[in-house]
Amino acid sequence: MTDPPQFMSAPDERGRFGHFGGRFVPEALIPACLELETAFVDAWSDPSFLAEYHKVLREFAGRPTPVTPLERLSERLGIRLFAKREDLAHTGSHKINNVIGQTLLTKRMGKHRVIAETGAGQHGVATATAAARLGLECTVYMGEVDTVRQALNVFRMELLGATVVPVTSGSRTLKDAVNEAMREWVTCVADTHYCLGSVMGPHPFPWMVREMQSIIGHEASRQLEDLGVGTPDVVVACVGGGSNAAGVFAGFANTTSRLVGIEAAGGSAVGKGSPGVLHGMRSLLIQDEFGQIEEAYSISAGLDYPGIGPEHAYLAESGRAEYFAIGDQDVIPALQLLSELEGIIPALETAHAVAWIAREAGTTIPRGSTVLLNLSGRGDKDVAQVRAILNGES
Amino acid sequence: MKSLEVQLRHLRDTGRKALVPYFVAGLTPDWVRHVEAAVHAGADAVEIGIPFSDPMMDGVVIQAAAMRALEAGTTLDSICADLAALGSPVPMIAMTYFNIFHHYGLERSAGKLRASNIIGAIVPDLALEEAADWKQACDASDVATVFLVAPSTTADRVARIAHASEGFVYASARMAVTGRASDAGESGRVVASIRAVSDLPTYVGIGITTPQQAREAGEQSDGVIVGSALVKLILDGGDASSVEAFVGGFRRALD
Repeated sequence: MTDPPQFMSAPDERGRFGHFGGRFVPEALIPACLELETAFVDAWSDPSFLAEYHKVLREFAGRPTPVTPLERLSERLGIRLFAKREDLAHTGSHKINNVIGQTLLTKRMGKHRVIAETGAGQHGVATATAAARLGLECTVYMGEVDTVRQALNVFRMELLGATVVPVTSGSRTLKDAVNEAMREWVTCVADTHYCLGSVMGPHPFPWMVREMQSIIGHEASRQLEDLGVGTPDVVVACVGGGSNAAGVFAGFANTTSRLVGIEAAGGSAVGKGSPGVLHGMRSLLIQDEFGQIEEAYSISAGLDYPGIGPEHAYLAESGRAEYFAIGDQDVIPALQLLSELEGIIPALETAHAVAWIAREAGTTIPRGSTVLLNLSGRGDKDVAQVRAILNGES
Repeated sequence: MKSLEVQLRHLRDTGRKALVPYFVAGLTPDWVRHVEAAVHAGADAVEIGIPFSDPMMDGVVIQAAAMRALEAGTTLDSICADLAALGSPVPMIAMTYFNIFHHYGLERSAGKLRASNIIGAIVPDLALEEAADWKQACDASDVATVFLVAPSTTADRVARIAHASEGFVYASARMAVTGRASDAGESGRVVASIRAVSDLPTYVGIGITTPQQAREAGEQSDGVIVGSALVKLILDGGDASSVEAFVGGFRRALD
């Protein structure tokens, strides 16, 4: 008799989740990836490092974040809906969990500078924040299109002492910011850590970032127990690269919970993608018939990515998690729904997950089901864009 | 031993330093004329860059050239069709990112290259540890797999990479993407680390922009690869005769 499969454990020694993952980077970066893997494995089993990580999360980032019963929306939808409130974490999203871990690791490796990519700006702001706290130099690469869509986040990063570099190559969005950060990393790898913001990239990043986000799921699991809810029937999160989803799924991967990731329709790597190699990983990618990567399109900069983290590709292929897409047109109504019924303005990224729950409640989510929504970020950054859309200006 | 390696070892035995210009295939409608001009000016092999949407190892010049070539509809098939008119006056080596071959199919890609007289391939984002399937596909079609050694490569890796590489070993002169040459580079040290463990021809690339740099790199190694500086000339409107003059300048510096 064999044990049931354990999901979301460590990848194999080549960094593979099934046949996704790996380490597809130029030779110049291989030694840095190996160094990082060794440093992460060492730190993540060191009680003093973990104690420091949890101390900073508690004292600086505001963890644990609460689980909030969404009573009016539950009543409206005929389900029992709970939100894990990552919007209440410092800097306004789950991104802080990962950057606190990685910046502590940067110090531990003896490096004094971090670089990062950002789409919506949340990861860039979080990185700039954690870097400021530890006295690390910080440079953030951001697609030029996104610097316009998220101009206030650019200013936030600058207030925090970071340098923001607009990326003008390719589609000028998140995928190009990743390319540029990788190119820059080659030139400065001796003293600089690349603080990658999602569960993507070359091994060990997908695994390391998931581990550093898994606190979301582990906290939520305990909190739902405390609320007497127990194991939720469904766990839902939005997915760009997939870090908040990986973090919350990690707490429920080996339970009976149905795990659901929601992609933007214009960036749906599971729905429209095929296996390919980009940004250091083999995963599902949106690409044309010749293997050229296509541009993603989404109302939310944070989901504007043509790929998905390799562990999600594996969870999708194995059937352990399901992935669905929500189109731009359903996102603003969902944002309004949560705002008006619950007093929480979610990020546009998060609103995709809200939209799916609202659509499926009473059908594929049976009435009376318990549902955990990972409320990955707050919508402050999106308010100007939402106003423009509602005023018919964009 | 694969055909590319036979030819490049023979070239070294003659005492000639190899000059390997790099072209972005499909950059202009007459790009094959540029390849011919380079051969006429004394190139010993040519790198055929197959454009990719997300060239992680390339600087601004090759990024811009790749985008222009893709906008013109360049594909692996169109490149191979263009090359059918060329014959094979010197060895041709493909350079591209792994997703192009991954998507086309590994065995099918290697067969397609070989049928177009491309007898080697450089895939900069395919690290040694991920390359077994690709190498197997190339073995079936006599396509040499060329690997890179970087200044950051540790000694144990240099030995394994040099052992796996076929045709030549690509010595990266600096920790940078293509086209940047803000420092003197580390090619001497990198080449020495390869020669300590391998007798394969070793060529220097990444940031070789002037004949003088090529001369210095040639003194340390068995040959040089010239990419971005040449691609920039073509991006800026250079024609076949200016390519010939450019490559001729590097030839004279190496001889």
